[in-house]
Amino acid sequence: MIPEIGYAMTAVALGLALYGSVAAAVGTKTGRPALIQSSQHAALGTFVLIAAAMLLLVYAFLTFDFSVRYVATNTNRGTPFYYRITALWGALEGSIILWSWMLSIYTLLVILRYRSRQAEFYPWVLSVMLGILAFFLLVMTVPAPPFQRLTPIPPDGRGLNPLLEDTGMITHPVALYLGFTGFTVPFAFAMAALITGKIGDEWITTTRRWTIVAWYFLSLGLLIGGWWSYHVLGWGGYWAWDPVENAAFMPWLTATAFLHSVMIQERRRILKLWNLTLIILTFGLTIFGTFLTRSGILSSVHSFTQGSIGAFFLGFIALVLLGAFGLVAARGHRLKAQGELDSILSRESAFLLNNLFLVAAAFTVFFGTVFPLLSEAVRGVKVSVGAPFFNLVNIPIFLALIFLMGVGPLIAWRRASPENLRRNFLYPVAMGVAAAALFRLLGVANTLALTCFGLVVFVASTIILDFYRATRSKLRNGERLLPAMGNLLTRQNRRYGGFVVHLGILVIALGVLGSNAWSVQSETTLNRGEAFEIAGYRVRFDGLAASEESNHFKVTGTFSVANNGHPLAVMYPAKKFYPQEQTPIAYVDYLMGLREDLYLVLGDFARDGSQATIKVQVNRMVTLIWLGGLILTLGSALAILPDRKRA
Amino acid sequence: MNSQAVGAAPPAAESRLWRRGKWAIPLSVVPLLVLLAYGFRTDPRAIPSPLVGRPAAPFSVTLFDGGRLSLLDLRGKVVVLNFWASWCYPACYEEAPVLERGWRAYKERGVVVLGVDIQDTEEAARKFLKQFALSFPNGPDPTGKISVDYGVYGVPETFFIDKTGRIRKKHVGAVTEEVFTREVERLLRDGG
Repeated sequence: MIPEIGYAMTAVALGLALYGSVAAAVGTKTGRPALIQSSQHAALGTFVLIAAAMLLLVYAFLTFDFSVRYVATNTNRGTPFYYRITALWGALEGSIILWSWMLSIYTLLVILRYRSRQAEFYPWVLSVMLGILAFFLLVMTVPAPPFQRLTPIPPDGRGLNPLLEDTGMITHPVALYLGFTGFTVPFAFAMAALITGKIGDEWITTTRRWTIVAWYFLSLGLLIGGWWSYHVLGWGGYWAWDPVENAAFMPWLTATAFLHSVMIQERRRILKLWNLTLIILTFGLTIFGTFLTRSGILSSVHSFTQGSIGAFFLGFIALVLLGAFGLVAARGHRLKAQGELDSILSRESAFLLNNLFLVAAAFTVFFGTVFPLLSEAVRGVKVSVGAPFFNLVNIPIFLALIFLMGVGPLIAWRRASPENLRRNFLYPVAMGVAAAALFRLLGVANTLALTCFGLVVFVASTIILDFYRATRSKLRNGERLLPAMGNLLTRQNRRYGGFVVHLGILVIALGVLGSNAWSVQSETTLNRGEAFEIAGYRVRFDGLAASEESNHFKVTGTFSVANNGHPLAVMYPAKKFYPQEQTPIAYVDYLMGLREDLYLVLGDFARDGSQATIKVQVNRMVTLIWLGGLILTLGSALAILPDRKRA
Repeated sequence: MNSQAVGAAPPAAESRLWRRGKWAIPLSVVPLLVLLAYGFRTDPRAIPSPLVGRPAAPFSVTLFDGGRLSLLDLRGKVVVLNFWASWCYPACYEEAPVLERGWRAYKERGVVVLGVDIQDTEEAARKFLKQFALSFPNGPDPTGKISVDYGVYGVPETFFIDKTGRIRKKHVGAVTEEVFTREVERLLRDGG
């Protein structure tokens, strides 16, 4: 019965969402508040139905109900308990449920917050959000139904993709989708503004905080994805410029651009058209990303299975982009700027440059991602675009962005005076240059590394200098040190939240630099008792052990590790053999440290345990990336707090 | 310090420009949509097999119902060589009945369907054969040598071999009725 009940729930939810979308629009056009009320009820009903369908699917997973096709393909009797719950979003159909569920939550939040405010806008926002939700429910009803009955019922399921049996997979999709779906809110506001023609500046301020929330979750999703890739995939990296990674990175870039340029609009009433475009692009790119991962048009390690779903998404992308940009064209004459740019030495132009670089980065990533398709369409040649292209093009762009990260927040609005420049930048520039020189003396010869170090120190100095001056002026007013610092952070939370996020990005940049520039690795075959040395570590192979786990067979190697003669640890990298997979899955063992990680991957081995091949990597400064993510989290939380400035 | 005005063109000129050019904004999306639609017609995983057009590597298997079968003995017949596994759900389950029907329909016309079961346990494989009542010759590849020789990347994969022993087509994923009939008819027509 479960497949039928679940299917009925999704179908009814689709009907409710469609009705609600239309009712909100008609209600506001004809001035009937009762219809808008009814649309809100429909939104609530949709949420309840999706949540119930999700619980039903979880129940089917927990009880091994293999009459549900999705359960049979994504679990088997050996799948551990927690992964039977997370298997819910382990494949295409379930991920769409998760997506719809989150979108319905955002819709409810918008209703709760705005139903008695923003009277002109709100019904259209509701209508657009329910319309988008209806699309995802349509996908759940027609091309990718999670509740499909399977006959005959197999005795056991196929099992979850073993790579997804990891804690990173519990959190990564949740964070990522909270980010993706979160961008629906600013998009819905933008559409409401265009439809009503009330293109003031207020709505954009309203959407700013929603965008930060979505941006934060997307950042978190990207970082957890990197963490998963690092400790599960066993290649020692965290980012591969794979189409699906790019798909999540592009909206991050455009959203970052928007978060900066919106400040210029708030302050100077310019860039309205530009900001609207960024919102539309960001939302469009989240849908594009979903399309890429689910249509199978590009080859990627993460691709879900394909089907007619691609056509649905393509139709939706067409509708969104043509509709949104069509509205921009129709209303664009109202988007005229009320101010103008005064000088290129100003905060406005620093932010504009930042936007230019971020959008350029998004474009190059986009171009590299779809190039294989373009090449096949135009020249009929299959090519693949790899990391070298993306690194070559993006490294200079990101260095420039780091530089602007130091300039933007401190340079004066409108026109910077020589005094302003000297006061804010003299020390930081000196610090940056001194740091680069110091590292050169310490033996760092790599120009790229020196540039990056210098820039990071420069930006960090601007932040410290600003915070120091602000604290000092509070101290002069008689405040004590710690309360003064606390007040700065909470009362000017937008500014200092932003600074903390910048610090997080700097720490991440150092991690990326260090891991690319100084990691070393080696692969070797050892006899039992034999040892091997790399970067001061001595790794000795002590033997192999085999064990039968609930859903796989595991061969574990024992390696004793010493560092400069001192015993350090015993490490257990393993290989897992799943009956449903042709190739074994590596189980990485690693020792994390601030300076470097020791990372062991077991390769081939002799069945009698006399010999094993081991890949040893000493990955430098990777931990900084995760640490930077933590700092970024704190900064985002600070920036999201309600404004208490000038309270 | 140089001062630069952006967006400060005379309002009238700007709006005329806007009036003429505004629909270019939504229209600029169209080429992208066309490109993405084109993507449906291609399969990024369909990397052409270098084996197509080359002689099929000879091998012999011990069949599940006893006896041995060598590919060389099948010279002069059209061979449909199918790599499968009992854990390969759902694709292998979808194609098994198709292969069985194809075998029954064409065996009198000089077509042999040959199944090679890879990375599997014998018990599970036998259960699979029984479930679908497969009657065409089928054997395991315990050392994995055959699947390596044929560059099998995942299951199911099916090779269509002509009467002279050349691989003429590699099919990735479940074989459908249509693919089976089309390829087999083509190879039967070709004579060879």
